[in-house]
Amino acid sequence: MDRLLVSPSPHIHSKTSTKSLMRDVVIALLPAVIVSIVFYGWKELLVISVSVLSCVLLESLITRYMLRKPDTICDWSAAVTGVLLALNLPPTTPWWVVLIGAAVAIGVAKMTFGGLGQNVFNPALVGRVFLLISFPTYMTHWEIPQGLFGLDAVTGATPLGVIKEGLMQGGDVAGIMAENGYSYSQMLLANIGGSAGEASAIALLVGFVYLLVRKVIKPWITLSVLGTVAVVSLIFSLIDPAQYTGPLFNLLSGGMILGACFMATDYVTSPMSTKGGIVFGVGIGFITLMIRYFGAYPEGMSFAILIMNSTVPLLNRWFHQKKYGRA
Amino acid sequence: MARRTFSIGGVHPADSKISRDCRIEALPLPPTVYISVAQHIGAPAVPVVAPGDKVKVGQVIAEPGGFMSAYIHSSVSGTVKSIGPRKDLAGNLQTYVEIAVEGDEWLETIDRTETVVTTIPEDPKAIIEKIKLGGVVGLGGATFPTHVKLSPPPGKKCEMLIINGCECEPYLTSDFRTLLEKGEQVIIGTAIIKRSLGVGKATIAIEDNKPEAIAHIESLLEKFKAESDSYSGIEVMSLMKKYPEGGEKQLIDAVMRRQVKSGGLPIDVGAVVQNVATALAVYDAVQKNKPLIDNSVTVTGECFPRQANLLVRVGTPLNFIIDHLGGMPADTAKVISGGPMMGKAIANLEASTLKGTGALLFLTGEQTRRKPESNCIRCGKCADACPMGLEPYLLNRLYKAGDTDALEENAVQDCIQCGCCLYSCPAYIPLLDNISLARGQVMGIMKARAAAARAAAEAQKSNK
Repeated sequence: MDRLLVSPSPHIHSKTSTKSLMRDVVIALLPAVIVSIVFYGWKELLVISVSVLSCVLLESLITRYMLRKPDTICDWSAAVTGVLLALNLPPTTPWWVVLIGAAVAIGVAKMTFGGLGQNVFNPALVGRVFLLISFPTYMTHWEIPQGLFGLDAVTGATPLGVIKEGLMQGGDVAGIMAENGYSYSQMLLANIGGSAGEASAIALLVGFVYLLVRKVIKPWITLSVLGTVAVVSLIFSLIDPAQYTGPLFNLLSGGMILGACFMATDYVTSPMSTKGGIVFGVGIGFITLMIRYFGAYPEGMSFAILIMNSTVPLLNRWFHQKKYGRA
Repeated sequence: MARRTFSIGGVHPADSKISRDCRIEALPLPPTVYISVAQHIGAPAVPVVAPGDKVKVGQVIAEPGGFMSAYIHSSVSGTVKSIGPRKDLAGNLQTYVEIAVEGDEWLETIDRTETVVTTIPEDPKAIIEKIKLGGVVGLGGATFPTHVKLSPPPGKKCEMLIINGCECEPYLTSDFRTLLEKGEQVIIGTAIIKRSLGVGKATIAIEDNKPEAIAHIESLLEKFKAESDSYSGIEVMSLMKKYPEGGEKQLIDAVMRRQVKSGGLPIDVGAVVQNVATALAVYDAVQKNKPLIDNSVTVTGECFPRQANLLVRVGTPLNFIIDHLGGMPADTAKVISGGPMMGKAIANLEASTLKGTGALLFLTGEQTRRKPESNCIRCGKCADACPMGLEPYLLNRLYKAGDTDALEENAVQDCIQCGCCLYSCPAYIPLLDNISLARGQVMGIMKARAAAARAAAEAQKSNK
């Protein structure tokens, strides 16, 4: 036996790997993917397919031919970006717009920084915001869900857009909601206009619980985002219920659940420590509401997350673990 | 009620205690033993025998080489063949006493009967002297000379003795078997150590993956307490299974809810921790006059032909143990002395066992070979796992940047090298490898600085 391995401890490793973690995120997103395809039909299937395929293919091409490094698509992270990007787009987005979004997400936001783990901003959100600014027509016209075999697709604005528009024309929140026939149970289950990932809060929450059970993520960031949104919007809606939407509306609309559960919790672009994560989440919740209430855009989640992404290095510097014996 | 455990970090590797049902059996004597003079932390012992000398089992063959050192005894009877350098487990040269085994003749002073001696000697000094003469060292891994640990520096008072029966490393079962098969002796050993420290309370801490051991020791304790006052104050504490519970600092946190300050000693918070196997060795040395000449070794691994817990004479060649159990499996990639989390990979199977050799673990390439390192995904799992509350990803980065000041600020010197960070890293980054190197550098700098400060203080004093 002259060929014994001699290396430092530990000699065993947990079953968890980057690949298994990323694969779990994709699995967790599957309920939302399925629900969105059921509600939005084949167009949504096309958006998701184009997004995932182009993200994976682009990462492969860039690592192989531009960086000349081993291919990293086997770690599933490009697929995660692809699914998240697709869930952030309206189902009516043309395939070539999706492709551009994927190119920005993978090419600009991820690979230019050095690939997985190195990027400052959430790639899928960078892709989404790029499209929002570059192609506002495609990005703000949403389809009202018609089902997988629905024939007459109707397009319209999202509840957030409708309310913003209505408020600017001098309406009040309750009136606008009644006028458009919005109900909270509808928003929770599905059936509201919006990007694919906004379709069903329940499907997203199922995936989120899966991630918690598998110990892929911890709940603190998500809870602090949702908690902040609930508390701050409650205060505002108590001050003036005609002008400011309430907690339930804000929690269930505009990709709040998708953002809080899947985008804000991205390992790479969120703080390491629990305390840092809570500050990060509070910041996202607060900025989102400020944009929704006072900003030019009806929806603020993407911007809020990107803004807080940029504070992560600072949060990592300020908040540390509690060390043993150094009280 | 929440299960009690340490408060920061920790991981849950698979238990893999596949040898837990194997009774401790005595390994036959090898034809030759090689006994190292460096089986403890501190100065190597100095040989007091010469080639050609006849020795008996239990006879002193090397004496302590300093304050922090220990006696070494012959584990066999026979003739000293040579005293000289041989390769140890890691392949480094070390002085060994080679003894050709002839028969099995023990010193007459050793009580070899099965009688359990329950009466505890009164005089703490006499107890500690006997422990010292018995060459007892800590068998939990560090092999710290026990008599030194039982003599706290003046001004420090022990408030609780903790007997470490956690055996939190996967695969290891020798402490578990010792608790089941030598429970009386462990309890008496505990009472002896308690008396030597003059402390009222002792806790035998056992993880709750060993319910049989907890129940057994509890029932024995009840019996002992009914018979003699010497055993009052000894309790069993069940702890939630979590690695590294058996780490001294973690165990003190779990049992006493106190944390040892960075750079401090357990006695600073009133704790002394001894291992179960050490308690047994103390019993043997004090009650039976039997020095530390053998110890229980778990021989295990899914690929290994026979699982076993063996009573092995100190200095037995590893090859002899392996051959006795059916030989080395062809798919063995790594042989480890100790557990899979903190054990050392063995480079040389011709080396022989030491007092502190608690296990031989055989792992296949699939079980142990590391996957290639990939990018850090900043998941923070290393920081969550670290039982010292350190941030391994940060220390790794600072090590690569060569920033020793920042490393010290971020407490790299507190690392206990438990391996939780690397175990849990999904990107297979060699965190512990780099942190150990960084820790070495920083501790060197801290020592040099302390020495310079002492020298400066003395220079100032002599100037006045």
